[in-house]
Amino acid sequence: MLKKFVCIECPQGCLLETEIENGRMVKVNGNKCPRGEDYARGEIENPARVLTSTIPAEGLRLKMVSVKTNRPIAKSRVLEAAAEVRKLKVKKPVRAGEVIAENFLGLGADLIATRDVLKGTP
Amino acid sequence: MSERELVIVGGGPAGMAAALSAYEHGVRDILLLERDQYLGGILNQCIHAGFGLNYFKESLTGPEYALRFARRITDIKGIDVSLKSFAVRLTPDKTLTYLKPGRVEKVKAKALIMATGCREKTREMVHIAGTRPAGIFSAGLAQKLINIEGLLPGKEAVILGSGDIGLIMARRFILEGARVKGVVEIREQSRGLTRNVVQCLDDFDIPLYLRHKISRVRGRDRVEAVDVARVDDRIEQVPGSEFTLECDTLLVSVGLIPENELIEMAGVPLDKKTNSPLSEGLNETSIPGLFVCGNAFKVYDLADSVSTDSLEAGRMAAVYLRQKGEGR
Ligand code: SF4
Repeated sequence: MLKKFVCIECPQGCLLETEIENGRMVKVNGNKCPRGEDYARGEIENPARVLTSTIPAEGLRLKMVSVKTNRPIAKSRVLEAAAEVRKLKVKKPVRAGEVIAENFLGLGADLIATRDVLKGTP
Repeated sequence: MSERELVIVGGGPAGMAAALSAYEHGVRDILLLERDQYLGGILNQCIHAGFGLNYFKESLTGPEYALRFARRITDIKGIDVSLKSFAVRLTPDKTLTYLKPGRVEKVKAKALIMATGCREKTREMVHIAGTRPAGIFSAGLAQKLINIEGLLPGKEAVILGSGDIGLIMARRFILEGARVKGVVEIREQSRGLTRNVVQCLDDFDIPLYLRHKISRVRGRDRVEAVDVARVDDRIEQVPGSEFTLECDTLLVSVGLIPENELIEMAGVPLDKKTNSPLSEGLNETSIPGLFVCGNAFKVYDLADSVSTDSLEAGRMAAVYLRQKGEGR
């Protein structure tokens, strides 16, 4: 199977033409540097994304705590993970980088705060 | 009225970088004004990742990127941060009036850097026919409602314009459990970064209608649908190409314009089309010692470039102050 990608690793945006066999990339053309090959292989063999979202805060200075997964998670599970994030609440003050849910849904990434949210009222 | 060596208006990426750089270049009396309760400006509502790839060589979210600068600023005694401070008036001699809760302050600056950012173009600037129901938001306002206020503006959205904020908001609606019927772009290509087209639209199978426009908004009290039509090379609507997308929300993401009312008030000529100051070089205005940086100077694609160019504004202000000191 042939598949084309635009490499998004840098603003050059090379058009990568790949050949796929049994879910594996066997050939890539069009990349101006090795990162393009890695990008195409990643997108074909295990596409992953960092999920970012917000969680409502209770009794804190901000109404919402912004969060992210500290590692990319499988792209195929992003929607499921987002739906789970929507069920959460933060009730204790957090610092940016602090873990909110460890190994979130067993995805191999922690859900962490990306902003300091201290005690108080909005 | 107080006097300051350097006053900086705006505590977003531009103002923070300018303040740090001015300090590093020897300025020790800096007042940084921010209208919000926090430093960071628009970055605080840009919760997605992808910031800092150039500047920090890693991918950060907007709030994290802001924090990198804000923490350094709060550690430096020579930079005085004044929050909830809203600048309202500027005169050619660089006297600035600003409001703090319950009072009016006036400060005379030897050098002044305006880092006031930009605002979104509105529906009125792009002319869409139809009714004027509720449910039409600029993409940045929707972003603020969701990420800062925790309010989801609608359940089924159509996005007009494929600027980066529009693309980011398409994904944001999906992640909050809403639907996105499509992104409508009059140009042949997306205006946003390829990264955002791939990760915000393609990942969620959101259609991108290039060379299309919204020909009509439908709905009386609330948006009920929009009509979309193809356009030809002369941007004329192609007859018979219309189709209807049902939605309760229309997000408008059709570009940004620098926010420069204050320097205009002080007599700095602006470019009529872009609203940028008419300028001889980066960050300069017609008034010596008055600098403009970041999105107020010109609209940037990347926060990283705002930081880099705003560091330069801080350095320029330091050089100006040094030369002025020597000339006395
Ligand atoms: S292949 Fe290399 S040069 Fe081309 S877009 Fe990707 S990273 Fe940039």
